[in-house]
Amino acid sequence: MGLWQSFVEVVHELIPWFDGSIATILIILIKAMALVMPLMLVVAYFTYAERKVIGYMQLRIGPNRVGPKGWLQPIADALKLMTKEIIFPTKANIYLFLLAPILAIAPAIAVWAVIPFDEGIYVTNLDISLLYVLAIGSIGVYGIILAGWASNSKYPLLGALRSASLLVSYEIVIGFALVTVVMIAGSVNLNVIVEAQKGSILHWYWVPLFPMMIVFFISALVETNRAPFDVVEGESEIVGGTHVEYSGMTFAVFFLAEYANMILMAVLAVVMFFGGWHSPFEGIPYMESAFSWVPGIIWLLAKTSFFMFLYLWVRATFPRFRYDQIMRLSWKVFLPFTIVWIFVVALMTQLHIGPWF
Amino acid sequence: MTFDQILFYVFSFWFIASSLAMIFSRNAAKAVLFLILSFFSAASIWILLEAEFLAITLILVYVGAVMVLFLFVIKMLNIDKSTLRAKFAGYLPLGLIVAAIIIAEMTLVLGGNQFGLDVVAAPARHAADYSNITVLAMQLYTTYVYPFELAAVLLLIAIIAAITLVHRNELNRKKQSISEQVNVQAKDRVRLVSINSPNKENK
Repeated sequence: MGLWQSFVEVVHELIPWFDGSIATILIILIKAMALVMPLMLVVAYFTYAERKVIGYMQLRIGPNRVGPKGWLQPIADALKLMTKEIIFPTKANIYLFLLAPILAIAPAIAVWAVIPFDEGIYVTNLDISLLYVLAIGSIGVYGIILAGWASNSKYPLLGALRSASLLVSYEIVIGFALVTVVMIAGSVNLNVIVEAQKGSILHWYWVPLFPMMIVFFISALVETNRAPFDVVEGESEIVGGTHVEYSGMTFAVFFLAEYANMILMAVLAVVMFFGGWHSPFEGIPYMESAFSWVPGIIWLLAKTSFFMFLYLWVRATFPRFRYDQIMRLSWKVFLPFTIVWIFVVALMTQLHIGPWF
Repeated sequence: MTFDQILFYVFSFWFIASSLAMIFSRNAAKAVLFLILSFFSAASIWILLEAEFLAITLILVYVGAVMVLFLFVIKMLNIDKSTLRAKFAGYLPLGLIVAAIIIAEMTLVLGGNQFGLDVVAAPARHAADYSNITVLAMQLYTTYVYPFELAAVLLLIAIIAAITLVHRNELNRKKQSISEQVNVQAKDRVRLVSINSPNKENK
């Protein structure tokens, strides 16, 4: 941290215009690049992991031709998509057609600004970071809706309609599930929420909020259009949904946005319910000191990887839900359940149960 | 000019420009998108004013939910533009009068004579650890808790009323019973019948 502080000071001295505001923006840009570059690399290798994991689960090998053990497969995929032609449908609205992928990926990356990776390691420490995550995350739906509308084609429109109604309903469920976390932690600042889970593995919020964690994870699957809730793409019914008319890099951007969102939801689950950067061996004698050298970011990434693996596991396991069943799950099962659980949490808060309240 | 002022003018420019573009746009979907841009500009100005909770709520509620439903409706409706444009110019005098009245009222209520720097002092900048949401929550849940609860109940009534309005009698619609569908057994759907085949005896 000392090195970074001196670097910030040097930048501020070199660029003193507007009371250092330009230098501040430059520093923020450097931080953002330091976050987005690894993120895109993780996204690329997440697709590789997905193909390998699902491959092994279905008794196949998965990609193994490009590079040793297929390690260069995502690079080859990226090169292929970049060099492919971008086809514009004749009657499409070109501006909105091109705006849609941008609107899909911009929120998927912007949300990462408030995620705390370790104590004091974040792009920005926003006081209302959880609300920011929900607000910016809710913009992502415009990418899909506009893609469906601007393509001027049947199947994309059907996919867009499905996604619009699905995302709006499940945002409510996610909001209620996260309200319980806010009730326990007493703050909407992600840093404070993680700090409040300090102690041991039993202090993490998955213990009192176990049902909410399940609800959050399933809703996250819907929000990111993942199997078994990927009716937006639903190959067997509407060909490829909103992406039908997109090719080359415009399609790749949608792809990146989807995977960036998946990783984001995994990180959020860890921050909200699994103690963020805290070590699972905290509070256990000997183990705590034996693992105290591991930086918090390693624990965060390890827990995130587990949730990312869950996404792939679920995809390889369950058949696709029917559209009306997903809607029913949201409005008639999850929503009443989360509301009831809010009252349960309020009661637990009043009775000071366990180490959490 | 400080950097804050530059930001303010940039956001204000986009606010006004996108609002105008929203009004003059002929395509309803584009109009909604310009409205979203103007919401974002307003939210940015609010963040400059240290009202970050309001700003995020504006984006969360209006951009994240209300405008999505707007786009949804626009996609579903087949708007006949020719009938809309037929009498468009005829509304101009009435529209101008209404606009003039609104501008006059807003100048009287919100203008410089009420909120000018000589009437109300410029608000002081808060420290970096100032929490807008905490201050707002303290006000909402202590001083104004009854109006706040009343507003919530009013919204609930509105939701129930809207559902009741579109709720039809059971007779008029076909309905799926999903629990029945899920709990169906093979013996409910498939009947295995053993038939004595007459051809067998002939062979």
